[in-house]
Formats: sequence, C-alpha cells, structure tokens
Amino acid sequence: MKNTMLIARREFRAYLTSPMAYIVACVFLVLIGALFIWYLNDIDYSDTTIAGYLDIWGNLVLMLFAAILAMRLIAEEKKLGTWELLLTAPVRDTEIVLGKFLGSLGMLVSMLALTLYFPLLLWIFGDPDTGPILTSYLGLFLLGATSLSIGLFASSVTSNQIVAAVIAGGVLAILYFIGMAGDAMGSAVGDILSYISLSSHFPAFISGIIDTRVIIYYLSVTALFLFLTIRSIETSRWS
Amino acid sequence: MIRVQNLTKYYGERLAVDDISFNVAKGEIVGLLGPNGAGKTTTMRILTGFLMPTNGNAWVADCNMVTNSLEGRQHIGYLPEAIPLYTDVTVRSYLEFAGRLRGLDKYEIKNRIDDVVELCHLEDYIDVLIGKLSRGFRQRVGVAQAIIHEPEVMILDEPTLGIDPIQVAQTRQLIKDLGEEHTILISSHILPEVSMVCDRVVIIHEGRIVAEDRIENLSTILRNSKNVRLEVQGPHEAVTIKLQQVPGVLRVQYQEPYHLVECPAEQDLRSSLMTAIVQGGWTILSMATVDMSLEDIFLELTTEEESDDEELEE
Repeated sequence: MKNTMLIARREFRAYLTSPMAYIVACVFLVLIGALFIWYLNDIDYSDTTIAGYLDIWGNLVLMLFAAILAMRLIAEEKKLGTWELLLTAPVRDTEIVLGKFLGSLGMLVSMLALTLYFPLLLWIFGDPDTGPILTSYLGLFLLGATSLSIGLFASSVTSNQIVAAVIAGGVLAILYFIGMAGDAMGSAVGDILSYISLSSHFPAFISGIIDTRVIIYYLSVTALFLFLTIRSIETSRWS
Repeated sequence: MIRVQNLTKYYGERLAVDDISFNVAKGEIVGLLGPNGAGKTTTMRILTGFLMPTNGNAWVADCNMVTNSLEGRQHIGYLPEAIPLYTDVTVRSYLEFAGRLRGLDKYEIKNRIDDVVELCHLEDYIDVLIGKLSRGFRQRVGVAQAIIHEPEVMILDEPTLGIDPIQVAQTRQLIKDLGEEHTILISSHILPEVSMVCDRVVIIHEGRIVAEDRIENLSTILRNSKNVRLEVQGPHEAVTIKLQQVPGVLRVQYQEPYHLVECPAEQDLRSSLMTAIVQGGWTILSMATVDMSLEDIFLELTTEEESDDEELEE
C-alpha cells in the first residue's frame, strides 16, 4: 500500500510537471465546453434537467483523453530506462500497476473536476435536476477509470507511446461501438455484445439511476485490464 | 554473496546466456568482461530480478532471485546500462523517490541523500533538474540511486560508458572506494578498466564463460608462451630469419623498431637469442621479456573461440 501510494504520487506529480498534461487538459476542457454549448443551443430552457452534454460525445472525448493520459504510463518508463529501476526495486508488480493507475486516475478526476463549472452555470441560470448530473459524473468517473485501465494495459505492451495510444483507442472504440452493433443484431449474441459494451450501460447514469450492476460492470472491466497489465509485466520478465 | 548456477537464458530462439556459473564472495569486486552482446547485461538483469532465467538459479545475499526475488532486490543496488533517470525532476526528489522505493523512511532518506551526494560529488547539483545535467553528472546520479539504501551488493552495468576520461577516472575511484564496504559486480568491455578496479574477472563470450580468475593469475595461466622483445641494429628481414632458426622459438614478429619473439613459457631462450644475434654480426640495443597484456589475452581468447567455431562449422 505504501509503495502503491508512493508510485501514485510520483505519477500524479509527473503529470503536473509536464507541459504535455496541461495542453491535454486544456484541449479536453475546450472540447467538453464545446459540447456544453452545443447542448445549450439544443435544449428547451424551461427544462435544464438532463446532463445531455455528457452523453455519447462526452463519453468519446473522455475515453480519448483517458487513452492519451495513460499512453505514457509504462511506455515512457521503458523508453527512459526507468522501467528497470521500478522492476528491480523491492516492489510488487501489482503495486506498480495500481500506483500508476491511481496516479493517472487522480489526473483524470482533476480534469473532470474542472468541468464542474458547467453544472454550476446550470444551477445559477436555471433549475436543473441535481440527481442526474451527479450520477452522470459518477458514470464519467467509472468510464474514465475503465478507459485508463485499458490505456495502461496498452502502454505495458509497447515502448512507443503513440502505439500505446492507438492500441488503447482501438480497444476502446471496439468495446464502445460493439454495443450499437449488438442492438442492431437483436438476437442472443446481440444481447451479449450489448452487455460487454462500454456504451450500453451509460444511459442509466444520464437518467439519474444508480444501478449496482452497472457499477459492478465498470469495476470488473477495470479490474480485468489491471490484471492483464500485471500479467503482461510478469510475462515480460520471462520472455 | 552472489552465486550463479547453470544460468541459461533464451530470448525466443536466441541463446543469450549459456549455462554459466560463478560466485562472488563478500567484499569482492568482480568484473564481468566480454564484448558487446556477450550476455553481460542479460546476466545482470537476471541477478537483479528484472528478468527470469530460462534455466538455472541465481542467489544474491542468500535470496534466490527466481523464487524470492522481492526480498533479494532489497539487498541490491543496481545501475543499469541505460541510466534510469526521470528527466523532469530534481536530483533531490529523484533520490528521495529511489530511496522510498527501497523502503527508507523520510528521516533516513534525508541523511542518506546528504551522504551519497557528498560521495558522488553532486553537492552543487542537488536542486538541478536531471534533464539539464550532462551525461557525466547523470551517471553520478545513477550511482547515487544505486547506493542510497546502502545495499550489500552492487551491480553496475558498464558504469563508465559514454563519459569523459576525467569522469571515468573519478568513477573508477568511486567504485574502488565503494568496494571497501560493498560486494560489487561490474560489467565492462574495456580491459584496462577491469584490471584497474576488480579483484577478479569473469570473461564471458557468446553467453559462455571462457575464463575466470584473479587478474594477476589470468595472465600467467592463460598464457602458454611469453614474448621477448629485442631491439637489434641490423637488417630486420635477415634478423627475423635468423631468430626464427633459434631452437624453441615459436614465432617472430617485426614491429618497428622491435622484434617480438614468442617463446614457450617454461623455457628461457634469451641467451640463445643473444648468441644468434651476435653470430649474425649485429648488435643488440635492448632486450626485455614482455608480459602479455590482458588485452592480448582477451583478443586471443575471443579470436580462438571464433576460430574453433569456424573449424567446427567446416
């Protein structure tokens, strides 16, 4: 636990000291801001209850930026040579992976926190329904965590950050859009595709529903990819 | 302190380390010597727990690095060939992180940073970003992180690679100083370095150990011949022919202005050589026996290996 927090802190600080992270955060805010304006132009002002700007497009922006945040986590260390420092320190692979995950999650949560002025504007100038906004943010947090774990896994299989981002983006896109394909198919296979898709569970949050099954779904996908990352590191020692 | 037993490592199909065994006793400085690609880095990576061997075992400070790597890693200070530095932090915060990673607490770290910074002469650079340091200073920071937790065993992979001659000398001195309290395994492809710093050398080539001994023994044991160096006033072709005719002489080479005469190790041919020159009507200006340098041995070892392989292939 001590080691995990040590690595998480270093990882979080690494974001704060790198100009890249600020640029990424700025572009993220611009895009979410654009979605917000788009949404404001679209709604009936008497009903500012739904956090619609956080739906599909919001999801995609979040997933994209999670992949970008996560791409450096392991790939950069491999390139710098510091990976050898970490893997030869008396620290478990699990602690390294959890530390890196938590550090990047800290960064993603900070970025999400900066978007809170949108609901604040809604509250000031309208009368939005608070519940769906809070559950939407819970959903973004969970989706973000899942995306980071997928990005972390992608980062563990290569020493090239761009390749890591592309792999993560690809896996995320497949897992997201597979649900829409599943809906179109309709059959039992379609149901399964919808179930494993990242997209099919999100609407619950937008409607203000906290469904334990949905939370467990996101947490299990996250855990699965963290586990795969640990295995990927272990494999690299033996190959 | 370090025990390597029948260690073998395959990278896919490629054999990187082939059944090697050696020991390093407590307090010893041992050099792992070999050309690039000989398997030095792989061996060190296995010893530090970065890689697992395909076969065999390695122990560091009585911990099996295959089954109990986590505990073993606590006793090791490791400087990889590519110095593992975060470029966007200061020397101080990097050393803090390296120390915490090895389990030191805040107060221990403060003292240890002061110690290692003094030892590695980094006082003026402690608050400088690592990215702004030159290669030589980065290498010192690399050494500093390897000793911050006072490890019993230090493993240094090519510690003088890519730094200037003055810094090389300083680094060698530093390693010697550290050798008084630590057990050190150091890899190098430079012979003079190993002979300057190490008590003992393990020569490794194409994944196999080709020789292992104390520096001073190596030159006598591995050598079946010794050289006599003559400076003769006279036509060198004729002198060469004359010298070759002396019974016992293995080979004569002319390297201006000397004739190098290779003689069997157990025979002293100097008086016969002298007589031969005098009989030829020439004058001897100087005569000396020359010890083969480690460099020659190393060349000989590796070239012999290669020619053996060639013969086998034929």
